[in-house]
Amino acid sequence: MNERAIVCKGLTKRFGDFIAVNNISFDVDQGEIFGFLGANGAGKTTAMRMLCGLSYPTSGEAAVAGYNVFKQQEAIKRNIGYMSQKFSLYESLTVKENIRFYGGVYGLSDRQLKEKGDELITQLGMENEVKKMVGSLPLGWKQKLAFSVAIIHQPRIVFLDEPTGGVDPVTRRQFWDLIYAAAEKGITIFVTTHYMDEAEYCNRISIMVDGRIDALDTPANLKQQFRATSMDEVFYALARSAKRSAD
Amino acid sequence: MKQFMVFVRKEFHHVFRDRRTLLILFGLPIMQILLFGYALTTEIKNAQIVIADHAKDAASEQLISRIAASKYFTINSVALADNEIEAAFRKGKVKCVVVIPAGFGNDLLHGNSAQLQIIADASDPNTAKTLTNYLTAIATDYQQDLYPTANVPLRIEPLTRMLYNPEMNGSMNFVPGVMALVLMIICTTLTSVSIVREKEMGTMEILLVSPFKPTYVVLAKAVPYLVLALTDFVIILLLSVFLLEMPVRGSLPLLFLESMLFIITCLSLGLLISSVTSSQQMAMLVSMMGMMLPTILFTGFIFPLENMPVPLQVISNLVPSRWYYMIVKAVMLKGLGPGVIWKESLVLAGMTVVLLTISIKTFKTRLA
Ligand SMILES: Nc1ncnc2c1ncn2[C@@H]1O[C@H](COP(=O)(O)OP(=O)(O)OP(=O)(O)O)[C@@H](O)[C@H]1O
Ligand SMILES: [Mg+2]
Repeated sequence: MNERAIVCKGLTKRFGDFIAVNNISFDVDQGEIFGFLGANGAGKTTAMRMLCGLSYPTSGEAAVAGYNVFKQQEAIKRNIGYMSQKFSLYESLTVKENIRFYGGVYGLSDRQLKEKGDELITQLGMENEVKKMVGSLPLGWKQKLAFSVAIIHQPRIVFLDEPTGGVDPVTRRQFWDLIYAAAEKGITIFVTTHYMDEAEYCNRISIMVDGRIDALDTPANLKQQFRATSMDEVFYALARSAKRSAD
Repeated sequence: MKQFMVFVRKEFHHVFRDRRTLLILFGLPIMQILLFGYALTTEIKNAQIVIADHAKDAASEQLISRIAASKYFTINSVALADNEIEAAFRKGKVKCVVVIPAGFGNDLLHGNSAQLQIIADASDPNTAKTLTNYLTAIATDYQQDLYPTANVPLRIEPLTRMLYNPEMNGSMNFVPGVMALVLMIICTTLTSVSIVREKEMGTMEILLVSPFKPTYVVLAKAVPYLVLALTDFVIILLLSVFLLEMPVRGSLPLLFLESMLFIITCLSLGLLISSVTSSQQMAMLVSMMGMMLPTILFTGFIFPLENMPVPLQVISNLVPSRWYYMIVKAVMLKGLGPGVIWKESLVLAGMTVVLLTISIKTFKTRLA
């Protein structure tokens, strides 16, 4: 299928008088790594939550994996993975128990669970941590594990909300290796980040300012468009116009 | 179904790894029952009793001297006519009257049995029960000393009569009340806190994004706590029967089923609390304080409902524990069957359906 992974037209979210997401439109291709950038409070998490079906859009249209966000909620759920901005594994369960739980919730059979679980643990090099409580692992490991668990059911699209926040550069690099490996398998990556070096790893990026999408293109084209030498400069040029203060 | 079991197993992991949960789950009921048990078995010393000796023979004198020798009793007056007994109790100092009928010694030696009447003031049921137990024990001892070798059937027959409170309301009623209270608090606290914790931690979002149906999330949360609360019920029941010597006169399976119904009612209430609170502290506060007060006030085990103003009586109908309390009392203490308690059971079942429906409906499948 050459279908678009995400199609979004005029998507808007209001909280009372406040417009958190203001009429955003964009498409994401299947297999693409799409960076969703923006300063604190720009509306990234809110937009992502609408696409995942955690929150109703106030207006606009969106389709995820070809399914309508208003009407085909259940079908969307079967096709996406999600890693929220808050840590999303159970700290008081072991690595293995977390894998079994999330795999089980997504309906994996025992055999699939074992295969996938072993593969995932080898890939992460966590053979010695299998029986450890997730709460006792360093943050970088937790995040890598959370990502692998979020794609354990091989979704078409995975939504990652600041997956590398607070993680050291070496681990971030490893994290992006995992993202590339997933993208190679055809999983569409929709990722928010505050790190501009990570923005460079994306196929295309959008930059949100005060709820709007003010720029959307490949990193190279954006630099050219803003006559900038780095993504940092592009980001600052756009962020300067922001009125919303970070919260 | 398999997804469901995966969820239930995860929930058990949480319970057994969280000290606070374990404390509420097992510490609370044991503590409550032990506290109460301790209050029940406080020793009584030098209680004032009156002995009406109509026999005035050797046997009666021996028995009286044994009672006098015991540290529990102070004998007030040895001669009393039947019509003076009531007056003695009224004054309030006398806790117990022992009547030794005429011909006591003769009956004991030559007849098959001798009677001994024990009348206790049961407006203080704990004391009354303890005193009659002591007196019965003294009489049994005495008779065994008379016939040390013979394996005779009990010859002195103590006839106990509880004045003012023949059903021994009080201690007996307290246990079903404590059962209702403990189950209510445990079920509401644990379910509401465990759901709100997932909201706080952010794992709830992941569950809602998964294909696992929100209704199942709610039910999968309830099932483990149903099992655990039933375990609690068994613990409470064992402690009540073996430690507090509570009778179970009615059918045990019936009691179990009714308790299961009540537990489900409480779990539904806990689910409801979880959808109206957003922090663990708040959920804990609402479940503990918010449920404790109405349960204590409106169940009837501390403040009799009959004596309440009508508006409060009407309110008490809304409190689930009130109905459970009536059921437990009927089954445990009076040995009544389903024919008598079906109305109460129906009320509880109705409440459960309403609460469960509301809590599943209000469970937010989309947050904000
Ligand atoms: N439930 C809500 N009710 C009211 N306002 C909200 C709600 N959720 C988010 N907002 C507001 O919407 C705006 C956008 O928030 P959002 O979390 O989407 O930003 P973000 O781009 O993800 O920021 P960050 O980088 O800090 O995660 C913020 O000003 C926030 O305060
Ligand atoms: Mg965010």
